[in-house]
Amino acid sequence: MRTEWRDGLRDGLPIAVGYFAVSFSFGLLATQAGLTAFQAGLISLTNLTSAGQFAGLTIITAGSGLGEMALTQLVINLRYALMSLALGQKLGPQVGTVKRCLIAFVDTDEIFAVAMGRPGRPTPAYMGGLGFLPLLGWTGGTLTGALASGVLPAAVISALGIALYCMFVAVVAPVARRSRPVLAVVGIALVCSCLLRWAPVLRQISAGTAIILCTVIAAALGAWLFPVEEPAQGGDAA
Amino acid sequence: MIYLYILVMAVVTYLIRMLPLTLLRKPVKSRFLRSFLFYVPYACLTAMTVPAIFTCTQSPVSAIAGFAVAIALGLRNKGLMTVAAAGCLTVFAVERLLDLAAGTLFGVTVLLG
Repeated sequence: MRTEWRDGLRDGLPIAVGYFAVSFSFGLLATQAGLTAFQAGLISLTNLTSAGQFAGLTIITAGSGLGEMALTQLVINLRYALMSLALGQKLGPQVGTVKRCLIAFVDTDEIFAVAMGRPGRPTPAYMGGLGFLPLLGWTGGTLTGALASGVLPAAVISALGIALYCMFVAVVAPVARRSRPVLAVVGIALVCSCLLRWAPVLRQISAGTAIILCTVIAAALGAWLFPVEEPAQGGDAA
Repeated sequence: MIYLYILVMAVVTYLIRMLPLTLLRKPVKSRFLRSFLFYVPYACLTAMTVPAIFTCTQSPVSAIAGFAVAIALGLRNKGLMTVAAAGCLTVFAVERLLDLAAGTLFGVTVLLG
């Protein structure tokens, strides 16, 4: 039990360091969008996901409806359903419902990937240790970024503003290079997204809805044109 | 109102993670659904990055430069932190160059004018 928890902490540390850096830029963006440091930190503590939080920020800024918020989160975070499914298989039947409910909270792409890579069945103690530091890093990084935004010069904030997008690029680019289908999906999403931003009539669609539409259209076309044979294990985005 | 948004975000995100882990203990059978879920992260990350990335810095020029550097390094399989740091540094450097160019242009205009 003790060593399982400690193993989890050890494996979670590098994830936590990476999360701190990513969520720092989320904290910056959130304060620029008008949120307080507390609100930004609360989002990170309760959501623990980059893409969904980021899209959520877009919706809060645009002042869109709660229904649109729920739908956006559902579509963007749908991949977690798949990961939770796979993780549930890996945990095995002896892990009860309460523990599963706790483990579900920290089921991010990175934690999922590490848990799936661990030989044998990951125990709840291991999963707890694995999720603990990343959750701290994610929330702490957001708070630090939000608080630092008032202190940092405009030139530095402008430069850091691109950090999160660069990380998205770093997730997508290597996979798009290896896999033609992923490249095609990225291309479709790219075209959709630009059309929804600039084309007449289409540009009246709100930012949150635009993200949902692009995601559903590109992923559905991809699934229809290039079905995945192997049981998919989800992406590797945060 | 912001807290209501945060509540909706948190609840929806948690349910997506929690329900399959507790209720559905069988693997996804539909090949279409499995494939769809596999492509979702790439589609949504792309849609969130472009075109928003062009307006996230002080000038579209610095944003495009940072974006280009990120793509080049990303294709070479560099880690998230390396790509992000290089993107930020590029934006910073290009914006300083733009300031310098604008300053020079201003100086020349004053001298000639």
